[in-house]
Amino acid sequence: MPLFDLQRVTQRFGDVAALAETSLSIYPGERVALVGSSGAGKSTLLRLLNGTLLPSQGEVWALGHPLGRLSSRQRRRVQRQIGTIYQQFHLVEPLRVVHNVNAGHLGRWPLWKAVLSLVYPLERDRAIAALHRVGIPEKLDARTENLSGGQQQRVAIARVLVQNPLVILADEPVSSLDPERSRDVMALLRELVVEDGKTLVVSLHTVELARQFCDRIIGLRQGRIVFDAPTAAISDAMLTQLYALEDEG
Amino acid sequence: MPVSELNGQKIWQRRDRPTAIKHWLMWLVGTLIVLWCWQIISDATTWAFVRDSPEQAMQLIARMFPPNVAYAPTLVRPLWDTLNIATLGSIMGVAIALPISFLAATNTTPHPIVRSIALLMIVTSRSINSLIWALLLVAILGPGLLAGVLAIGLRSIGFVGKLFFEAIEEIDREPVEAVTATGASELQVLSYGIVPQVLPTFVGVSVFRWDINIRESTVLGLVGAGGIGVQLSAAVNGLQWGRVCTIFIVIFLMVLFSEWVSAKARKEII
Repeated sequence: MPLFDLQRVTQRFGDVAALAETSLSIYPGERVALVGSSGAGKSTLLRLLNGTLLPSQGEVWALGHPLGRLSSRQRRRVQRQIGTIYQQFHLVEPLRVVHNVNAGHLGRWPLWKAVLSLVYPLERDRAIAALHRVGIPEKLDARTENLSGGQQQRVAIARVLVQNPLVILADEPVSSLDPERSRDVMALLRELVVEDGKTLVVSLHTVELARQFCDRIIGLRQGRIVFDAPTAAISDAMLTQLYALEDEG
Repeated sequence: MPVSELNGQKIWQRRDRPTAIKHWLMWLVGTLIVLWCWQIISDATTWAFVRDSPEQAMQLIARMFPPNVAYAPTLVRPLWDTLNIATLGSIMGVAIALPISFLAATNTTPHPIVRSIALLMIVTSRSINSLIWALLLVAILGPGLLAGVLAIGLRSIGFVGKLFFEAIEEIDREPVEAVTATGASELQVLSYGIVPQVLPTFVGVSVFRWDINIRESTVLGLVGAGGIGVQLSAAVNGLQWGRVCTIFIVIFLMVLFSEWVSAKARKEII
């Protein structure tokens, strides 16, 4: 059974179709890269997969459930199993690191526990363990806004570790990092996914990173899938065509 | 710029004739309006009083000195009342403004109709000065501290509520989306994604309003709503200028104290 199944999905923002008539399946254990220029529909696709966006047309199935037909409570139960790491970090900056990491528990925690934890951080040990895996255990009590970009991205990964989902979605996780830091973060992501047997769907700006860290690459252009193939089968010609300018292609 | 021609020679001017006339007329009308207003003000003024006003002011100030120091100890209780009116009123205002602001902010309101009602409450509270609130409440509740506390509280709701809901509307949406994506419920999103972003503003605004309320509560006594204004009103009516001066000094010191406290608190939090 596929983890994700998109059936003729269209997503419009006003008159613009960010994603058009897209069908696609993702299976457990895959490491899928979404590549394409800005505005190709990569972020939209990821937001449809984690249920923060419901499609204008078509249907998104996640973990065997049709996301659009679930009640918000049922949808939240599915969302627990889908962890997302965003571009530009998306952390709550005034909060301490431990709270941002603990936000990964929110799908399971009742409200009282979540609020109590803001006053008196619960499950510190798990937060420390998660931060340890991403290499910054000493930052547990630091204010998130005081961390560097690379460290903040590690906090975002630690949050997903605490959430412990079946699948990790990552939206441009390295777009604001330098090449060295980018490879570090991608290597870390791959390591975590492979060790725990999770599935990874990651959108990337850099094709080299996609080739290096993923086993399947989907090329998007103007909201449509241009190619979808195992990494070994991706040729330079396919990529050149993907990134070719409008009037040329 | 428009150009005219005289004997084949081009003459540059800033404006052509119709525009120039229009400008001249506008200036004429403007000047006439100013003169007319001045006439009205002048007619409504008793110039004899204005002419000897410097002398009157000097006499008043002379009568205020030396301040009546022996009177100061009796001011301790009213001063304490004033502080309590301001503090309790602020707490009440903030407590009520808090839920209203979440109902009024576009990104947290449950429904547009609820939002309109919340906005109406904020505007109503803001449009009435605390002195007017006090006047009404003294008529309803009778004179005393309770009327003062409620007046300050009712006035604060609008001020605090408006600044609160604007802060809520200005938060970053990305962290909220990220928290939502973990499968968090709406109240969890509120407590993890929204409240931490607005909390520093909330605290800053509340302390600022308390600071304002200290000053506002000094005058509430003028209409019988308790606090040091009662003594001030009595002293002015009794022409006891030495006491008035003492009261002014005491109020000044208290305002200085509240400025210091709020500056300190804001520095701690923000």
